[in-house]
Amino acid sequence: MFAKILIANRGEIACRVIRTARKLGVRTVAVYSDADAKSLHVEMADEAVHIGASPVGESYLRGDKIIAAAKATGAEAIHPGYGFLSENPDFVDQVAAAGLVFIGPSAASIRAMGLKDAAKRLMEKAGVPVVPGYHGEAQEIVLLASKAREIGYPVLIKARAGGGGKGMRRVEHPDDFSEALSGARREAKAAFGDDRVLVEKYVDKPRHIEVQVFGDIFGNAVHLYERDCSAQRRHQKVIEEAPAPGMTPALRKAMTEAAVKAAKAIHYCGAGTIEFIVDASQGLKADCFWFMEMNTRLQVEHPVTEMVTGIDLVEWQLKVAAGEKLPKTQSEIQLSGHAFEARLYAEDAAKGFLPATGTLHHLKFPDAAPEGASMRIETCVRAGDAISPFYDPMIAKLVVHGKDRQTALDALGAALSQTEIAGSTVNTAFLAALATDADFAAGDVDTGLIGRHQETLTSVPPPSGEIIASAALAASGAGIPVLSNDPWSALAGYAHFHAIARRTRLRYGEDDIFARVLVRPDGRFEVVLDQFSTGSTAPHPPAGTFSPYSDGEKGGASRQRPRLARWPGHVTVFEGAIGYSFAVPDPLARADETAAASGSLRAPMPGLVKLVRAAKGDAVIKGQPLLILEAMKMEHMISAPHDGVIAEIAAEGAQVTDGTVLVRFAEQVDG
Amino acid sequence: MPILASQISPASETFRANAERMRALVADIADKAATVERGGSEEARERHVSRGKLLPRERLAQLLDSGSPFLEIGQFAAWSMYGEEISSAGLIAGIGRVEGTEVMVVVNDATVKGGTYYPLTVKKHLRAQEIALQNNLPCVYLVDSGGANLPNQDEVFPDREHFGRIFYNQANMSASGIPQIACVMGSCTAGGAYVPAMSDETIMVRNQATIFLGGPPLVKAATGEDVSAEELGGADVHTRLSGVADHYALDDEHALAICRRIIRNLNRNKKVSLKLQKSIPPLHDPHELYGIVPTDLRQPYDVREVIARVADGSEFDEFKQNYGTTLVTGFAHLHGMPVGIIANNGVLFSESALKGAHFIELCCQRRIPLIFLQNITGFMVGRKYEAGGIAKDGAKLVMAVATASVPKVTMIIGGSFGAGNYGMCGRAYSPRFLWMWPNARISVMGGEQAATVLAVVKREGIERKGGEWSAEEEAKFKKPILMKYEHEGHPLYSSARLWDDGIIDPARTREVLALSLSAALNAEIEETKFGVFRM
Repeated sequence: MFAKILIANRGEIACRVIRTARKLGVRTVAVYSDADAKSLHVEMADEAVHIGASPVGESYLRGDKIIAAAKATGAEAIHPGYGFLSENPDFVDQVAAAGLVFIGPSAASIRAMGLKDAAKRLMEKAGVPVVPGYHGEAQEIVLLASKAREIGYPVLIKARAGGGGKGMRRVEHPDDFSEALSGARREAKAAFGDDRVLVEKYVDKPRHIEVQVFGDIFGNAVHLYERDCSAQRRHQKVIEEAPAPGMTPALRKAMTEAAVKAAKAIHYCGAGTIEFIVDASQGLKADCFWFMEMNTRLQVEHPVTEMVTGIDLVEWQLKVAAGEKLPKTQSEIQLSGHAFEARLYAEDAAKGFLPATGTLHHLKFPDAAPEGASMRIETCVRAGDAISPFYDPMIAKLVVHGKDRQTALDALGAALSQTEIAGSTVNTAFLAALATDADFAAGDVDTGLIGRHQETLTSVPPPSGEIIASAALAASGAGIPVLSNDPWSALAGYAHFHAIARRTRLRYGEDDIFARVLVRPDGRFEVVLDQFSTGSTAPHPPAGTFSPYSDGEKGGASRQRPRLARWPGHVTVFEGAIGYSFAVPDPLARADETAAASGSLRAPMPGLVKLVRAAKGDAVIKGQPLLILEAMKMEHMISAPHDGVIAEIAAEGAQVTDGTVLVRFAEQVDG
Repeated sequence: MPILASQISPASETFRANAERMRALVADIADKAATVERGGSEEARERHVSRGKLLPRERLAQLLDSGSPFLEIGQFAAWSMYGEEISSAGLIAGIGRVEGTEVMVVVNDATVKGGTYYPLTVKKHLRAQEIALQNNLPCVYLVDSGGANLPNQDEVFPDREHFGRIFYNQANMSASGIPQIACVMGSCTAGGAYVPAMSDETIMVRNQATIFLGGPPLVKAATGEDVSAEELGGADVHTRLSGVADHYALDDEHALAICRRIIRNLNRNKKVSLKLQKSIPPLHDPHELYGIVPTDLRQPYDVREVIARVADGSEFDEFKQNYGTTLVTGFAHLHGMPVGIIANNGVLFSESALKGAHFIELCCQRRIPLIFLQNITGFMVGRKYEAGGIAKDGAKLVMAVATASVPKVTMIIGGSFGAGNYGMCGRAYSPRFLWMWPNARISVMGGEQAATVLAVVKREGIERKGGEWSAEEEAKFKKPILMKYEHEGHPLYSSARLWDDGIIDPARTREVLALSLSAALNAEIEETKFGVFRM
């Protein structure tokens, strides 16, 4: 076994690898970019080396720097994690050339599987079923179109060098072929620098089922059963599970045998995944699966396989890379129970899954899985860490295991509804909606499921009055428990006869919400929500009087405590897996509007107008230079104090006195 | 400390009758409080809100820390005094917390006659300033007022305790290091312009606030100049050109946030010199006070039942328990603060007065604040007592009360008659705060006594002339006197004239006393110098 390895990755996978290395007594070296200087993986590793600026091209994709770091720290091997350099055969060669071990397959294996059509030909030759399609070199439109007709519509156009759904187009009808083709080529060119495509049969009710394989240098290869990754949105996996729901012994036998055959065909060494497309339109039949591609690395979703087999895949990776034999034979690898993995992302599901950024001011994962289930949370963020725009916005993977699918699914639902994240928009509610989707729960999955149910899965019901009231109470600052003896702290809300209601303003989306918060004589808080118009088409938040629980209330120990988080300028109230975030506007934040008090800019001193850079009627933005005033032998730049339209501006060459209006803005509309 | 045991029986007929009556009295006051809290007419309030302004109580709430207590003073000021309802004299005043600091807040209510100053408005403003001065509390003025109420100018302008005194107080408080902050949210005309001008820091709200010595009509009349209010004295003019104000606010909400920021920057620290202990609630339910206090003021009850529902843990260390028993004196804690309690338990005799004076000396020596629970018909009268020097002994008590420099807080829980009012720290003796229960009565003597005294004098006059005066005639003579005393002795009559700082719910006596006392502790407790005690 190695004494020290370097992990050429970041995020949860870096942390994941470090944990296993530590278990095996292997010392670890982390690498990090500027943005990751304070990341958990850096903190966890025994050593850490800075390899460059935040963009991946200047850090995590810089093989040379990573190899130099390994050499400098005395690491013997490099674990690539997934993504980044994990499937880059040139990097593998460089690692070897530097006298280091790459923890993964050989460059030859990676190259063999790297180009999809070549991989398919290889598999076809090895007797692995492949999807009917055209994988030829010739790329003329006419030829491709005729091949598409041969295969039969609908067809799929895919980039030959592709992955991640880029350069991929589904075509329903021959008329649309040429347009789809040029779109696919454009994307392929942009993403991979290679616009060659292949054409395949589009499978009607496709399921994405993949088989985990492992090989060693002695030519042994085993499989670790299948994973079902059919729950996808635009080819991004959302929830993965093992085993595949509804899997039949016959299909499993056929698929796993094919997978092992594939691995052996390329003398595969290390962890790999053979992805198959399965036509589930007539149930899972043993002859309805085809090879799609092979991932020559550890998969994001590998933990579900670990949960159902009890095998630590990273441990196997290290052992195999260190030249050991596979720790188990095929017959020793048993399948037990059912596991799910849900990927928590900083993204806005309701806005087309737009990636989000932000600081995770509040981060709380469930403490434990429910009785009869177990749970693993793979993450690399802590409360206070930021999701930066430089990397994949994944926050965590929630992995659960139960004795059967229903138990595991219930545990997943419970885990999601106990997860609290505030500070960035996250997909927890979407994941929970998917976990409780009737078709998903029934195991009736295919890759189109999310797309068909997207509206329901991504819509969030408006916050209830109770939720708004809880947020308003928290935002008002009232209800924080008082420890002081001082009656001015302890006698919250005292007034001779009638409590004084404090008005609190919240913003939910586009809506302003006004709430009045007061302390009742019994020590509980009361929140009155007034009816108001929302300014958007959203349903009106409910009016009424609520008495939300707060830690500061007297005698409230028996009441349900709302789950909420206060973070700068906001309050988030959690209900199930949904986090309702309310902004709490700070009136003082409007300070810069006050500079623009008079709607005009006046000369601060007598002088000469030298250079006028804007004209009457111009729309200018805050900070934009408008003119230069020369006075006291100095040039003074006069800039727009706010956005606006210029109604009047001084003429060049004009001599002005102190207080002369230089610029007048058109009347502003308040609000 | 010994714990006071309660002798009352909440199941008794008397208790229930008492409780029912007190509940009705409290409900009546609470209803009236709701009326004055609304401020001006519906129409006036709507007009106010339609200008984008917050209502005065909304401004107040926005200024205070969330959940802050508000110890309002003069809630019933001007109650039924000017023929039309001038709610709270058109001015809300009281102590609240802003950024953790106790401040005196004075809020003009422009929905009440444009926020103009009636005689009681002036008196209330001055009382608020007096409290601020005595207790070292920063003042925040939320200004929205048309200035002096012109029809009443003779009663608001010229005298020592009139309008001008407001600015005199500001100047002198500022001189004593008590911050004066003005937030101008509406008009602020003529003499009123000096409120912001005399303040340490001033905020103005754009398109709402105006400050000028003479408004546009006066300017037009005087010089013929045509000018709008905003151009003449708006926020822009005063924060950019004149420097009359310091902060430009976009609206009420913004202005109040700036005001809070100013308080945050005051760098004040409340230093409490008392030896504090942990606060514990009384063992007995304060709501039982409703059933304890008899419907008839003349009916005696043990005032220790009240103390047992006010003091921390119902604990009371009595002083001279067996001497001068009509006055109960002793030490207790109120929300952890040590206090000396002086409470009436019957008419004052020489011994009671001496005991009271002695106890005040103790408290002053030890710098322990004093709480007076006042329920007093007066000093004992009669040949024996006059000869025994009750006037001399009463004077000792009055001397002690008058010169005691420790914070004094008075709660009138029953009668407040005659010289008893003096000996028990009535208004004239400058308690830091003086509160009343709704069942209390205040007058120079009880209505019955007054009527009887007057009847005796009248009868003597008639009989000296040889006339006769029937019992019916006498009853007829006494009736209007009784009615006048009943009317003028009522807490609302007293509160309307600011003879007190407000009427409170007896069940919340502990809260009011604790807040009053804690507010008073913002000022250092000074050494007492007593005068000559007549021996």
